[in-house]
Amino acid sequence: MTRTMRPAITDRSADAMVEVSMTVNGEAASRSVSVRMLLSDFLRHELGLTGTHVGCEHGVCGCCTVLINGKPGRSCLTLAVQANGYTIRTIESVAAADGTLHPVQQAFKECHGLQCGYCTPGMVMNIVGRFEEPHPLDLSDDGIRDLLSGNLCRCTGYLNIIAAVRRAAELLGRT
Amino acid sequence: MKPSIFGYKAPRTLEEAISILAGDTDAVVLAGGQTLLPAMNFRAANPSFLVDIQHIDGLRGIEVSDHGIVVKAMTRHREFELDANVLGVNPLIRHVMRHVAHIPIRNRGTVVGSLCHADPSAEMPLVLVLLGGSVVAQGPSGRREIRAEDFFQSFLTTSRSQDEIIVEARFPALPPGIGWAFDEVTRRHGDYAVVGVGCVLARDDQGRAAGVRLAACGIADRPVRLKAAEAILNGTQLGKSDLDDAVAASMSAVTQPDDMSVSASYRRRALGTLMRRMVAEAAQHAQIGTAK
Repeated sequence: MTRTMRPAITDRSADAMVEVSMTVNGEAASRSVSVRMLLSDFLRHELGLTGTHVGCEHGVCGCCTVLINGKPGRSCLTLAVQANGYTIRTIESVAAADGTLHPVQQAFKECHGLQCGYCTPGMVMNIVGRFEEPHPLDLSDDGIRDLLSGNLCRCTGYLNIIAAVRRAAELLGRT
Repeated sequence: MKPSIFGYKAPRTLEEAISILAGDTDAVVLAGGQTLLPAMNFRAANPSFLVDIQHIDGLRGIEVSDHGIVVKAMTRHREFELDANVLGVNPLIRHVMRHVAHIPIRNRGTVVGSLCHADPSAEMPLVLVLLGGSVVAQGPSGRREIRAEDFFQSFLTTSRSQDEIIVEARFPALPPGIGWAFDEVTRRHGDYAVVGVGCVLARDDQGRAAGVRLAACGIADRPVRLKAAEAILNGTQLGKSDLDDAVAASMSAVTQPDDMSVSASYRRRALGTLMRRMVAEAAQHAQIGTAK
């Protein structure tokens, strides 16, 4: 579901404005935004999809990872205008409409793969995207660490997240 | 952490893109944006105009033949990494690509963009130099091919002119029997290299090393061939004393000064260690027996 939290601030700067349309979580979304609006801010401020978290805003922490045309990518390193015409999926689309968790979310829950939860949406989107890629998975500790290396977590020490990836692979029949 | 004000155009033709670049010296090409946008978010880069080239026809895809690989300007790292035909003619590329940032960055970042950014610690510029590849620049007066060693000029600086767009990069194939290796020292997995070394070599009919190529990143203001070491190693059995000589002859190639995390002497040590390991690994691939 997309909703508007607050309008774009159009009257306070000399920014060039542009009409941007994309499909977000299966719904069409069109807004007139500044060309310098980041996709992360478009999702959060224009569409109210605050499940996409913003940590560092320079591509290091991975909190803002969403699926950009089906592949995990940093929404803070993509301009909304670049994503004009794209299909975006955020953490809000991952669980079923009745609240049933996605297997990756279920695995995080079972394995206690989160504590404060700030990094979790980016982790989940990265892992969901990788599981959807047909390229074979490497479920060794090194392989999973490589997969998670672009997502920082300051709570867990990662071990439970590694366990959650392995559990998700079981739940998804990808072992 | 938000970019400063800029203008944006997404031209449909190369000619239009080139004319925007030619008319505005602060206009910058936007491909994947995985280096440019962090720099803009930090306001380390403040382009007047972004020329988004993603909608231009003919800038996508990978062409593979026995001679080599042509990577178009909008081809993402991850496409290059996973392409089965690329793996078939040049397995070094997939091996190196695992060291380039992380999957979400490789899904968006482009190979040619990384070459144009010309970070002296980056992996793909090293590979282009190591293999003797080239890029093709298109400007108002047509196309020109620029060899890797002429392309990388200095820190973040290439010989591309402002009114040119690099439309493709050309990576040579590795013939069967060629030994290859690459590894790097990094602070964290996925970071730019502190020092990285790549090696390719062949075995001649008497079991000696031939056609040795060595290149390093992170040691100078651009990726560099280690030509003195290559000359020493060619025609040898790659024994310990040969490697000692090759490493000693390469120490002067380290021109990066101490920085806040690494000293120049550390870089020299890392370079020597990586050279020994990479030559041994490549020799093993090429079945030159005595290298250990």
